[in-house]
Amino acid sequence: MSDTLSKIEKRTAYILILPAVFLVFSIILFPIFANVWISFKEVGLKDIRIPEPRAKKIVKSIKDNPDQLKIIYKLRNSSLILEIRDVKFQDKLPKNIKPINLDERCRVKSNKIYCEFGNWEAKYRENFQILLQSSDDKQINKEKLKTIKPKLTGKSDNILLNTNFTLKNFKKVFFQNEFFDLLTTTFYYTFFGTIGSIIFGILTAQLVNQKFFGRTFMRSVLLFPYVGPVVALAYTWELLLDPYSGTLNNLLMNFQVIQEPLNLLGQKYLTINFFGFDIKLRLALTTVIIFEIWRYFPLAFLFILARLQAVPKELYEAAEVDGAGPLQKFINITLPQITAVISILFMIRFIWNFNKFEDIFLLTGGASGTRTLPINVYEQGFTISDIGMGSAVSIVIVALLLIFMFVYFKLIGKRADEN
Amino acid sequence: MKTKSLIYYLLISSIFLFSLVSIWKILVTLQGVELKNFNFAIIITLGIAISLLNLIIGEKLNYLIKSSLFALIFTFVDGYIVQVMPIWYNIGIFAILIFFSLKINKYNQKYLASEHSSQIVVFDFLTLFGIVLFSFVILFPFYMMLITSFKTQAALLINPLDFSINFNQDFKELFKSYFIIFDTYNFGRYILISTFVSVGTVIVTLIFAIPAAYAVARLNFFGKNFLSTSILIIYMFPAIVLVIPLYTVFSQLGLRNSVGGLLIVYTATTLPVAIYMLQGYFRSIPKELEEAAIMDKLNWFGIIIKIILPLSIPAISSVALYVFMIAWNEFLFSLMFLDNPNSFTLSRAIQYLSGDAETPRQYLMAGSVVVTIPVLLIFVYFEKYLVSGLTAGSVKG
Repeated sequence: MSDTLSKIEKRTAYILILPAVFLVFSIILFPIFANVWISFKEVGLKDIRIPEPRAKKIVKSIKDNPDQLKIIYKLRNSSLILEIRDVKFQDKLPKNIKPINLDERCRVKSNKIYCEFGNWEAKYRENFQILLQSSDDKQINKEKLKTIKPKLTGKSDNILLNTNFTLKNFKKVFFQNEFFDLLTTTFYYTFFGTIGSIIFGILTAQLVNQKFFGRTFMRSVLLFPYVGPVVALAYTWELLLDPYSGTLNNLLMNFQVIQEPLNLLGQKYLTINFFGFDIKLRLALTTVIIFEIWRYFPLAFLFILARLQAVPKELYEAAEVDGAGPLQKFINITLPQITAVISILFMIRFIWNFNKFEDIFLLTGGASGTRTLPINVYEQGFTISDIGMGSAVSIVIVALLLIFMFVYFKLIGKRADEN
Repeated sequence: MKTKSLIYYLLISSIFLFSLVSIWKILVTLQGVELKNFNFAIIITLGIAISLLNLIIGEKLNYLIKSSLFALIFTFVDGYIVQVMPIWYNIGIFAILIFFSLKINKYNQKYLASEHSSQIVVFDFLTLFGIVLFSFVILFPFYMMLITSFKTQAALLINPLDFSINFNQDFKELFKSYFIIFDTYNFGRYILISTFVSVGTVIVTLIFAIPAAYAVARLNFFGKNFLSTSILIIYMFPAIVLVIPLYTVFSQLGLRNSVGGLLIVYTATTLPVAIYMLQGYFRSIPKELEEAAIMDKLNWFGIIIKIILPLSIPAISSVALYVFMIAWNEFLFSLMFLDNPNSFTLSRAIQYLSGDAETPRQYLMAGSVVVTIPVLLIFVYFEKYLVSGLTAGSVKG
């Protein structure tokens, strides 16, 4: 009895989870594996279009002979790389028209022309002509003839499905792509973005954890940057930071903080003289990191606030009795209580900042020294149109990600053991 | 009274006052009023003087009289001796000074003599300072976005710091950018598409996630533990590594430029977190309720509809709102999959608009306001639900 019950339970469970598993598998897991496949291939953006036989139909009248017409089909293989096999052609003719001197590859059957063009190599082109004769005395309607579209079919290889593999992409990724530069930029962006958002998260959480007028309002406001659409916020910042008409530069110049406008998003380095030392600051990268902190500190805030609110009040009261000031309370009570949250937050934010694409893409497009690995995926794949390279960079990201995740789950596991 | 506390109190209170006044001056400058100096030295001196006077007077005067007195002195010195400004500027300064004087009222000589008083003073003012500063830094871009959408290109070029709005002009003139983005740039259509995609994603995600979450929470089957741990791992894979294969496959299947294709992708990317959140909640529902239902010969469909769903309205709302927010704000996939303006979502439309360097920025900002307002309204109204969604979904973002 219980045996059949558990069988039913199992079957029910599979029915319930299967749709979700199928969807996640095909849209998330399959692409990750597909990346591995594509990264070992030489594929450009144009190759992923399946080659198609195409025909452009041009109708021409013939001088001195109103009963005849000429149709020119400009035939071509849409692909520059792949051949199309067994190209078949089909076009319809109005009833009163018959072709004369028809090409030997074609035949006519009940007002339709059928042709077999065989194999077309890549870039194949041909101007294929048909001469038409009106079978009655009526003039041939040119316009009507034009509106009928020919149909073409053919078989072709899909470049993605063949088994030609190469290591070229990975060689390029590591040796011709300023890989070290990419990695350091990504690391700066990730690390400082994470640290910054956590620091501001701690500060704001500490703030909101106190009682003051407008506290709930403040809590909502602090989450605005995280909730707002990235497109809107990035463009607002771009406007704000514009060197000529931007508010920030104009304000700073108005109050004589700076003399010359700063191109905060378009300048790679800013040299600052610091007590006689010239320090080269990565300006655009710094700006992008600040945007990143501005947008994501709310998440750290939310986490840390939740933790702070769970700290027993008695701890603080006891400390007060012992004569501890605010600073001692913060260092000796608050900080130890939130270290666990902070370490988990650090890992989560690190992984996510590492993968961030939209923010940099919208602010700088990866220019002026802000090219990170995710930006490079897009650039390789869609700006340079090298899908294989894009995939290879994706694979590098996934590999690094797996390492980070391993550390993260180790950390969580350790926390769970401690509790 | 300790000297150290006194110095801390005087310095930090006057710096706090200076930052309040400076923020007010920035806002005033942005109304087109010419104001070129923060007058650091004068404001700090005045601040120190007022803080000191506050200690000397103590409780000899009623605190309201004392505050008004300080405010009047400061406003007079700042507004008539240092610089002559429009009257509303002075009213603002007066209000700031009242606020400041009320805040420093609690500090008296006895207070500064107590233990840790210097630390407490610093902490108090840092808190106040933090509230003011963070509100300003966060709200300012939103304020800019809104105001720019009401300006004209010409006005912004003449004085980039003049963000005053002329309310005397015609309603149509004031909302001109909005009329243009709706009439010329088809934003009405994009709002509909964005709404359709976001609401559609919420519905489809829930249809897929609720049964799956129920199975993970309640039923025993082979591979259950593996599934529940892999949910989170899958969720942590970013969109950028999925983009190239999905783009190629969608191109070959002709799914690009279709809103349906976008909906499938959004659903798949939000499913793991939806399942994760829901199964956690389902576990907290007492099992006895379902056992009674099984006695009544209810099948799993009946159990989910009649027992689980009514009990988990809060969790489902959280998931729905969170998924809506993700889908509404999503940008990368809409950039990759849509290049026909007939099927743009709002985010994609704004990005497309910005691609043309000729597009006046007030249109861009009007578009940004249109895409931002729905999310912010939903967030403010349903904050409780959304915050729990954000916390649970925070492994991504």
